[in-house]
Amino acid sequence: MSAVATPARQASSGISSKTLNRVVIYGLLALFALFYLMPLFVMLVTSFKTMDEIQNGNMLSLPHAPTFAPWIKAWSEVCSGLTCVGMKGYFWNSIKMVVPAVLISTLLGALNGYVLTKWRFRGHTLVFAMMLFACFIPFQSVLLPMATILGSLGRFGVTLQNATGFNFGLGNSTVNLVFVHVVYGLGFTTLFFRNYYEAFPTELIKAAQVDGASFFQIFRRIMLPNSLPIIVVTVIYQFTNIWNDFLFASAYAGSGDVMPMTVALNNVVNTSTGVVEYNVNMAAAMIAALPTLIVYIVAGRYFVRGLMAGAVKG
Amino acid sequence: MSSVATTQIKLTPERSRPSVRSRLQDALPKLVLAPSFAITIVFVYGFILWTIYLSFTNSKTFPSYVITGSRAYQRLWGWTFDTDPPSSWYTSITNMGIFGFLYIAICLALGLFLAILLDQKIRGEGVLRPIYLYPMALSFIVTGVAWKWFLDPGLGLEQTLHQWGWTSFHFDWIKNKDFVIYTVVIAGVWQASGFIMAMFLAGLRGIDGEIMKAAQIDGATTFQLYRRIVIPLLRPIFLSAFIVLAHLAIKSYDLVVALTSGGPGGSAWLPSNFMYEYTFKRNEMAVGSASAVIMLMTIVAIIVPYLYSELREKPR
Amino acid sequence: MLRKLLIGTALATTFAFSAHAEDVKEVQMLHWWTSGGEAAALNVLKGDLAKEGYAWKDVPVAGGGGDAAMTALKAMVAAGNYPTASQMLGYTVLDYAAAGVMGDLTETAKKEGWDKSVPAALQKFSVYDGKWVAAPVNVHSVNWLWINKAVMDKIGGTEPKTFDDFIALLDKAKAAGVIPLALGGQNWQEATMFDSVVLSTGGPEFYKKAFNDLDDASLKSDTMKKSFDNLAKLVTYVDPNFSGRDWNLATAMVIKGDALVQVMGDWAKGEFNAAKKTPGTDFLCYRFPGTEGSVVYNSDMFGMFNVPDDRKAAQVALATATLSKSFQSAFNVVKGSVPARTDVPDTDFDACGKKGIADLKAANERGTLFGSLAQGYGAPPAVANAYKDVVSKFVHGQIKTSDEAVTELVKAIDDAK
Repeated sequence: MSAVATPARQASSGISSKTLNRVVIYGLLALFALFYLMPLFVMLVTSFKTMDEIQNGNMLSLPHAPTFAPWIKAWSEVCSGLTCVGMKGYFWNSIKMVVPAVLISTLLGALNGYVLTKWRFRGHTLVFAMMLFACFIPFQSVLLPMATILGSLGRFGVTLQNATGFNFGLGNSTVNLVFVHVVYGLGFTTLFFRNYYEAFPTELIKAAQVDGASFFQIFRRIMLPNSLPIIVVTVIYQFTNIWNDFLFASAYAGSGDVMPMTVALNNVVNTSTGVVEYNVNMAAAMIAALPTLIVYIVAGRYFVRGLMAGAVKG
Repeated sequence: MSSVATTQIKLTPERSRPSVRSRLQDALPKLVLAPSFAITIVFVYGFILWTIYLSFTNSKTFPSYVITGSRAYQRLWGWTFDTDPPSSWYTSITNMGIFGFLYIAICLALGLFLAILLDQKIRGEGVLRPIYLYPMALSFIVTGVAWKWFLDPGLGLEQTLHQWGWTSFHFDWIKNKDFVIYTVVIAGVWQASGFIMAMFLAGLRGIDGEIMKAAQIDGATTFQLYRRIVIPLLRPIFLSAFIVLAHLAIKSYDLVVALTSGGPGGSAWLPSNFMYEYTFKRNEMAVGSASAVIMLMTIVAIIVPYLYSELREKPR
Repeated sequence: MLRKLLIGTALATTFAFSAHAEDVKEVQMLHWWTSGGEAAALNVLKGDLAKEGYAWKDVPVAGGGGDAAMTALKAMVAAGNYPTASQMLGYTVLDYAAAGVMGDLTETAKKEGWDKSVPAALQKFSVYDGKWVAAPVNVHSVNWLWINKAVMDKIGGTEPKTFDDFIALLDKAKAAGVIPLALGGQNWQEATMFDSVVLSTGGPEFYKKAFNDLDDASLKSDTMKKSFDNLAKLVTYVDPNFSGRDWNLATAMVIKGDALVQVMGDWAKGEFNAAKKTPGTDFLCYRFPGTEGSVVYNSDMFGMFNVPDDRKAAQVALATATLSKSFQSAFNVVKGSVPARTDVPDTDFDACGKKGIADLKAANERGTLFGSLAQGYGAPPAVANAYKDVVSKFVHGQIKTSDEAVTELVKAIDDAK
C-alpha cells in the first residue's frame, strides 16, 4: 500500500513531488504489466520458432529465424480430430453460443439485481443468498443429471417436431449449451448487479416513481444507463467463462459441426501418444483467445465514471 | 431480517383502490425474479440433493440409486488422518487451505491496488487494462505449458539467469513436493487478479464523484480518502470479488493439471482434482460425490457467516 | 421472459439445423486421437468407410489421455445419445457392457474369424458374456527401452540382458557425463516403468499374479519389495529436473543425445520418426532387460454401442473395416503400435515394429501377454490409479522405504478393490 501512501504527500508539496508521484505510479503499473506479459512473451516467441529450435534452444530466447508457418498452420490447417481446417472454422460455432448466453444471463442478472435492491420483498436476502451460493456448485456433479434432462428434452423435441413441425430448439446442442451457461451464470450476474446497485441512490428511484415511471421504465431509463462499468465487468466475466468452458462444451456438443472453439483447441493441443507441436499450439491458443481479447478492449472503453449519479445529487 | 428497510423502500401504489392492473404491477418485481429463482432451485439445489443422494450409494462408473450407507464418508474420514504418506484427500484439503487463502488474499490485494493506480487518471489506461486482463482469455491448457517452461529450472527462468551469469540463482519450486502448490498460487494469481482489478475499477467508477470531492475539500489526504471513504464504499464489490475468487479457487482443476500434472507424487492436488479423479477417472462416483458434498458444506461454513454479516446491514 | 428469450434464441440462431436428421449411412465416432499423426492414422479408416459409402461423423474430445472423452461419453450415454462407436480402454468396455448399453457384433466376429486372429488376452476385454462388444485397433507394449545409438556407441555399451546389466550400462553413461535415464516424473510414466521393473524382477508368473490377479501374497511378497528397491535404483540415474516432465520431452532428451535411454511404450517411436530418426542407425529398441519373451500391453478398442437397428449396418461396416488386415497394417505403421490380430503381414513395418509383431505373436502363444496395470489393462481404474499413486509417492519421496511402499500398495489396492 506504500504507493497509495505516496500520493498522500502530494497534497502538501509542490510540482516536483507531483511529478515524482506520477513516475512512481507509472513505474509500478509498468512493472506489473511485465509480470502479466511474461508468459505471453514465452508463447509469442515459441509460436515463431521452428520445432527444432524449440527442442534445442532456450525457451525464453528470441527466435533465430522467425517463421510464420506455425500461425498459418494453426489458422487454416491444423487438425481437430479428422477435420483439418484450422482454428478459423470454429469461431462461428462459439459465437452463436456465447453471444446469446452472455446477453440473456447479463440481462437477467441486471433485472434480478434491480429487484433485489430496489424492489425488496420479504425474504429477499434469502433469495439472494441462495442464488449466490449456486456459484459454488461443482460442474462435475451437475454434468450427468443435466445430460439426462437435456436428453429427455431432446426426445420431447423430436415428438414436438413430429407433431407440429417445430422443435423449438429442444435437443439442439447449441441451444442446450446456451441454456446451461445461462443457468450456471445467473448466480454471478445477479451477484455483480445486486452488489453494484446496492450503492445506487434509492432516492432517485423514488423520485421517478413519484413521476409515474413504471418498473421497466425505471430500469431502462435510470438503472441501465448508469450501469456501464458493471455491465462491462459482467460481460467480460461471462464471455470469458463461456468461451473457455470445456467440460459442458465437450460433453454436450462434441461433434465437428457444432464444436465450440475451446473443444477444438483442446483437440489441437492435447495428444496422448502423438508428437506435440508446441509452436502451433501456442499460435492456436492465441487465435482462439482473439474474440475474448477484442471484447476486453472494446468493452473496456466503457469503464467510464457514472454519468448521472453526480448530476442528480447536485 | 431487514423488514424495516423493506417497508421503507417498498413502493406502494399511489391510489389505494387495488385494481387487477395495480396488483399485477405490485407482483411484477417478483415475477421478474421468479424464473431465475426457479431455475436455480431445480438445477442447482435439485442437483445438490442428487449428489448428496449418490454419496450414500455405492455408485461406481454409473449412478446407482440403491442406498448402501456412509462408506464413502468413512473412507474420506479415514484418509483425512492419513498423513504419512499423505493420502490424496489429505493433500487435497491441506493444499486447498494454503492455495485458497493465498490466492484469494493476493488477488484481492493486488486487484484493488492496481485498480486504484489505474484510477489516477492514467494515460494509456486503455492499453494497460487489457494487459492485466488477458490472462483470463487464454485457455490454461496452453498458458499452463508456458508457465511450466518458465518455472522449470532446466528450461526457463533459472537457466536463463544462469546463462546471464547469475549462477547462484535457484528456483525449483515446481519440482519440489513441498513448494509446488505455491507455483499454482503464482499462476492462479496471474490468471485471475486482472479481472479482480476490473471489478474494483468498476466499483471505483461507480462511486459518486461528489463524495470524493467533498472529502478532498475537507482536507483529507489521498491515503485517508481511500482508507476512510472509498474502500468502505467498495464493500459490496469485495463480496463479489470474494465469491468469484472462492469459486475459482475451489474449481481450479485445469490449473493444477496443466501446470504440474498433479505435482510430484500427487502433491499439488486440490479437492477439484480429487472430485474429478474419483467421479470420472477412478469410477468411484460415490466417493467423488461425497467429496463434493464435503466441499459444499465447507463453503457453507465459510460463506454463511460472511454473507450474514454483509447482508444484514441496512441499505444506505 | 427467459422462456421467450430462449425460444427466440433457438429460432434466431439455430433453427436451420435439426438435431435429429437421422442418417443411417453415417458412423458417429467418439475418440481422442485428435492431433497430427494420430488423426492421420485414423483418417485411413475414414477413407476405407467412405469407399463403402459411409459418412464419418467425427466426435473428437482430447485431454488427459482419454479422460475427457470418457467424461463426454458418460454424458452422451446419460442423455441417451449413443455414438455408433467410441474409442475405449479395457475395463471401461466391460463397465459399459455390464450396464447393458453395448451392441453385439458376434455374428460379424464369426464371419471374420476374430476369435482366432485376435489374441486371447485382448478378447478378455472385447468380448463380454460371450458377445463381441468392441473391436481392438492396436496393441501397444510398454516394456521397451529406447536408446540413442550414438551415445550407446560412445560409451561402448551393448544390449543389456539382465537388470544388473542395465545398471552397469547406466553407470557407464553416468561416467561419460550423459544423463543415463530420461524419465518424466508423472505418475503414469513412473508406474509404466515400474510395470517393466516388476516383470523383470519377478518374472512373468509373478507379474500376472501380482498385477493381473491382484493376489495378496504376491503383492506383499519380498519380490515386490525387491522390485521397489530396483525402481529406487533406477531413479538414482535420472536428472534432478525430471519431476512433472512430459513423456515426449523425455523422449526428446534421448533423441538429442542428452540422455542415453528412456523406458516407455512404443508410442515413443512416433517421436523418433517425427525427428527423422531410423531404428538401428539412430536409435535402438530393446525389450526391458529381463522381460524378453513377455509383452506387457495396452490396447485401444472401438466400443460398439447398442444403436437403433437402422444404424447397425454402419456399425458392422466400421467394425469390419477396423479389424481388416489392410487397415490394421496401415494404421499401426503410422501409430507405432502393432496390429491387434496376429495374422497381419509385417512387411510395411520398421525393424522395431517387426520385432513388436513377432514378440506379440510369441507371447500370445506362450501365454506371456499381460495387461499393463499402469495403462489400465491389469485391473479396474480404481485399482490402477491407486497403484499409480503409490509408485509416484515412492519415486518422489512421500513413501520412504520399499517396506513402506509394499504396505501402502497392499492397503491402497485393498481399499480400491
